[in-house]
Formats: sequence, C-alpha cells, structure tokens
Amino acid sequence: MVLSARHLNKYFYDPDTFQVLRDITFDVQAGEFMAIVGKSGCGKSTLLYLLSTMDTDYEGQIEMAGTNLTGRSQDFLAHFRNEHLGFVFQFHFLLPEFSALQNVMLPGQKLGKYPAHEIEERAMEKLRLIGMADYARKPASKLSGGQQQRVAIARALINDPTIIMGDEPTGNLDRANSENVFHIFKELASKGQTIITVTHDPDFAAGTDRIIEMSDGQIISGHENQVRQAG
Amino acid sequence: MDLTIASQIARTHLLAKKRQTLVAMLGVTFGIAMFITMISFMQGVNQFLEDSALDASPHIRVYNKVNTQRSSLIDEAHPGGFNVVYHQKPKAESARLKNGLIIANRIGRQPGVLGVSPQLSTQVFYNNGPIQLSGTIAGVEIDRENQLYRLTTRLQSGNLNALKTNPDALIMGSGLARDLNVRVGDKVTVTTPTGGTRVLRVAGTFGFGISTVDNTRSYANLATVQEILQKDPSYITDIHVKMTDPLQAIPLGKQLQAMFGYHTEDWATANTAILAGEKIRNVMTFVVSFTLLVVAGFGIYNIMNMTVVNKIKDIAILKATGFDGRDIVAIFLLQAVFIGISGGLLGLGIGFGLSYLLSITPFDTGNMISLKTFPVIFAAKYYIMGLLFGVITTLLAGYFPSRKASKVDPVAILRG
Repeated sequence: MVLSARHLNKYFYDPDTFQVLRDITFDVQAGEFMAIVGKSGCGKSTLLYLLSTMDTDYEGQIEMAGTNLTGRSQDFLAHFRNEHLGFVFQFHFLLPEFSALQNVMLPGQKLGKYPAHEIEERAMEKLRLIGMADYARKPASKLSGGQQQRVAIARALINDPTIIMGDEPTGNLDRANSENVFHIFKELASKGQTIITVTHDPDFAAGTDRIIEMSDGQIISGHENQVRQAG
Repeated sequence: MDLTIASQIARTHLLAKKRQTLVAMLGVTFGIAMFITMISFMQGVNQFLEDSALDASPHIRVYNKVNTQRSSLIDEAHPGGFNVVYHQKPKAESARLKNGLIIANRIGRQPGVLGVSPQLSTQVFYNNGPIQLSGTIAGVEIDRENQLYRLTTRLQSGNLNALKTNPDALIMGSGLARDLNVRVGDKVTVTTPTGGTRVLRVAGTFGFGISTVDNTRSYANLATVQEILQKDPSYITDIHVKMTDPLQAIPLGKQLQAMFGYHTEDWATANTAILAGEKIRNVMTFVVSFTLLVVAGFGIYNIMNMTVVNKIKDIAILKATGFDGRDIVAIFLLQAVFIGISGGLLGLGIGFGLSYLLSITPFDTGNMISLKTFPVIFAAKYYIMGLLFGVITTLLAGYFPSRKASKVDPVAILRG
C-alpha cells in the first residue's frame, strides 16, 4: 500500500463555509494506475491537491510511501514532494526562461541524488521517452502548449517518483500524443510506480486500472477495471 | 538548500529581463557613485580646511597670558568689605616666558614632539612711504620654524636662508607684501608699540592660503626682533609645538601647563569653529548619501516585488516540484544581491571617476595659492563603506519581496 487517505474533510471558507470533501477514505496499491473522475466542482482537483501535500488545510490523515504526511512542516513536505511525487498540471507547465532540458533537470538538481552530467543524461532519456528529445535545447516559452505538457510529464518522471499525479495530464494533447502518454503511464505502472490522475477523458479513464468517481465531495463508486494487468 | 540551483535560477531570471535588471542596478550605481563623490569631496574639503588651519597654527602654543584683572590690595586686606578702587592700573607684567629657551628644549625632548620653535611675537606697524599697515612680526630661528610649518613649500618668492645671513632680512606674508606694494629686495620700516623702529629688507614672501596669516604676519630673526624691542637674547614670548600625532597635543598641552605654569592652547581649542564645521559637513554627507541609498533601495524593492508577482507561477511550479521556502528566498535574494554588488561596483567605478574629474577641475580661489583644484580625498575605506551600504540596502530591499515569494501558496496559483 503506497497511499492511504483516511476520513479526509475539507472546507472552503470564502465566501461561505462550504464542505468540498466529505469523509474521503481510500487506499492505493503500488503500481496502480488510477483515475479520479467526476463532474466539474465535485472536489476531485481539491482531493488531488490534498494528496499532493501542497494543500495542508484539511481534516483526516494522509500517509504515503510509509510516511505520515499530516501535520508536517512545509519544508519536510517540499522535500517529500521532490523525492516521492511527480506532478503534471493542467495549465501551468514550465519555467519559461529555461530550456526544456533544464526544466526537466531542475527537480533532479534539487534532489541532488546524482551528479550533474548524470542528471542531464537521465533528463534526455525522459525527454526521449516522451518524444521531445529534439526540442531539449529550446526555451520552454518557444514550445507549444502540447509540447510543454509533454516536457512537464518528463519533468514529473525525473526523480523516479513513487507516485505520479496528474491534473488532466493529457488535456492539451492530441489523440496520438494522448495515447503515447497513456502508454508511458501504463508502462511506468507496470514497473511499480503509482499513477493518480484527475481526468475528464472517458477513454483515458477507461484504460486505467481503477476509477474513483466523485460527486459532491464524496466517492460514489470505486471500481476496478477489467483490463487490469496481473501483478 | 542548494545554492547552485538557486543561483542558476536567479541568473536566468536576471538575464531574461536585462533591461529591468539594468534599471535596478543603475539605481544602486547612482546612489553609490554619489555617495563616493560626496564623501570624497566633503572629506577633502574637511581635510583641506583642517590642514590649512593646522598648518598655519601650532598644535600647542605656550605663552604667558598677561592678566589685567587683578584684585586690589585693599580687596586682599579686607575681603568681602565695601571696597571701592578707581582706575587701578594693570600690573606691569612682561609677556616673557622665563627660561623660555630652556623650556623649549625640554619640550623638544618629550616623546611624540615633532618640533619646537621658540619665538618672539609682537604687534608692529609696517611702513612703506605713505602706506601704514598693522601686523605682527615673529622673531624666529628660521630652521626650527621651517621644521614646524614647512615654510620652504609655502615660499612664493625669495629664499629662507637669507634670514641666516642677513640680520635685516624679513620674510613677509604675500598679502601683506601686496598691500605694502613691496617685492623681494624692497625695504620696509617696522615700528613696534614701544617705539622701536628698524628698516628691514624683504627677502622673501610666503602664503599659507589663509588671509589672516598672509595679510599680517612676517618672519624675522629672533635676535633682530629682540633688538628692535630692546630685549635681552633670552627674551621670548611664545613656544610653538608640533606633534607627530595632533591628537596627542591635547593631553600634552595640559601637562605642559601644569609643568611650567604658563598658559597653553591646543589646536582643537584654537580651531573650534573649523572642527564644528567639519562635524556638520560629515553629518550632511551621510544624510544625503543615506537618502540616495534609501531611494535606490526602494527602486530595488519595487522591481523585486514586480519580479515576484511576474514569477508567481514559476514559484508555484518550483514549490510543487519540491523547492522549499528557503530555496525560493535564496533565488530572489541572490538576484537582489547580484543587483546590489554589480550596481555597487559600477557605482564605485563611476564615483571614482567623478571624484577624479573633480580633483582635476581647476578651482580659482584668488590668492589662496595652496588650492588649484577641488580638494578630494581618495581613501579605500569610503569605497568599502559604499559597497557595504549598497549591499546592505539591497539585502533589505530584496528580503521582503523574497519572503513574500516564499509564502506563495502553490495551490491557489496552480488551480488557476
């Protein structure tokens, strides 16, 4: 078990007190490829940000990779994110002044697990995986939205995180690239990395191991897909 | 916290907005350049005024203060009584320093004393035809006086050594010589208050750059002046002392007063007005420089604040990918420090250039010959101070926006 969420409650206070998440409890196993679906405003993005450790204003318990993350300091959480979590966001992707390669390298340099040249090699490898190797030296601001999103996926992979989280990770991609990303996620999951994505795309969700469907801040169904691979 | 990545990101941010970086830098540059120029110039002026005042006056002057106030005999006999004395004459008291030459030699042996010049100073009238001017004449041993006041360097015409060979030689202040319309070789009649008269020949003129000295003072041989006053060869009225360290003059002056019982006056007391002016100029310099730096600081603060607002998405992404608050502070503080140091260094260069230009600018002071250009001091400590001020200002100006950046809530930004 790589992630366990226990009785998560979350409120928004502005303008009125409003409960976004109601008693969310679920576990995720290592190597699981999971999709969170639901209508707009159902709280799925909020849940993802809670799991991402960036939003710490909640009730309940979150445990990831054997570490309790509730009530930890911001610095601890930052370090934890760096080492164990990879992110792909919906709208904001890269640092515009840096090249694609530098963007991918940054979290690796922050972690400092490998020497600089090795980080660069690894970053190139991730870019190759995502089909962006040819654009490695281009400034991020010169890339299209879809290209930026793919580089962002490469960046999420750089530290071989335990869990990769995506908020509409394929939202800006065409069908071919969407499928490519899907296959990459699938492959990573088969190698033991856990993937949690929030998505609107029913095709994308259908291909995952497990779908959590949310409505009004509650999980209304959490079923396993039949196509789940063995192991 | 890893400073290499932080500095890499800081560098990229700075290079991405070169114009903005330059503007922020120039704010500091301007402040520091003005600080350097102003302090160098002001200190130059201070130094010049102090030098010219100190050069022309002794560090310690020992003299016999002839006190006209004395109690009458009846007051001494009936103190506190109703005593009325009309028209009491002052006691006949000579301005002589008893054993003055011996005292001078003893002072000369004190530690820290650079030179001692015993002299006989008196009021005189200078006559040249119909022109009559009052002034003072100092009878000196010219070598000792030269050691104190470096007269050789202040000589405008003639020769000091004439005083040694010719008993009637006179070295005259340049302003006095001009007013009397005399040149080297011309004769001047000198009349003392006691009635003695002597015709002396001008052997040289000097200028200290201080009109009160140049317009009144002359030097003659000690023996000659003693002769005009009809005094014996041991008669002297003043002992001038120069120290290697002017600050030592103040305690030594007190000590000498206690030792010999004669009145002593140190340079600080004699030049109170100049020293007060110096303090005021120092305060002014610092206030103006400080204001300039504060303005530059606000400039940096604004630009850094703007940068943080512009980069708020980047900050959110960095935080999401595992950079903590200290990394973010480092990224933005490094930018401020870079702006401060590079702007500061540039400011030092420009400040040096401006001070140099000022120091070679001709400055017409009329007859103040010792000043041909503006006085400017080049001292490393002002440059160090300037750079330090610059860096501290930018650190303060950069810190608050950086802290704001580190407090950015990534969730609020990334949710869109």
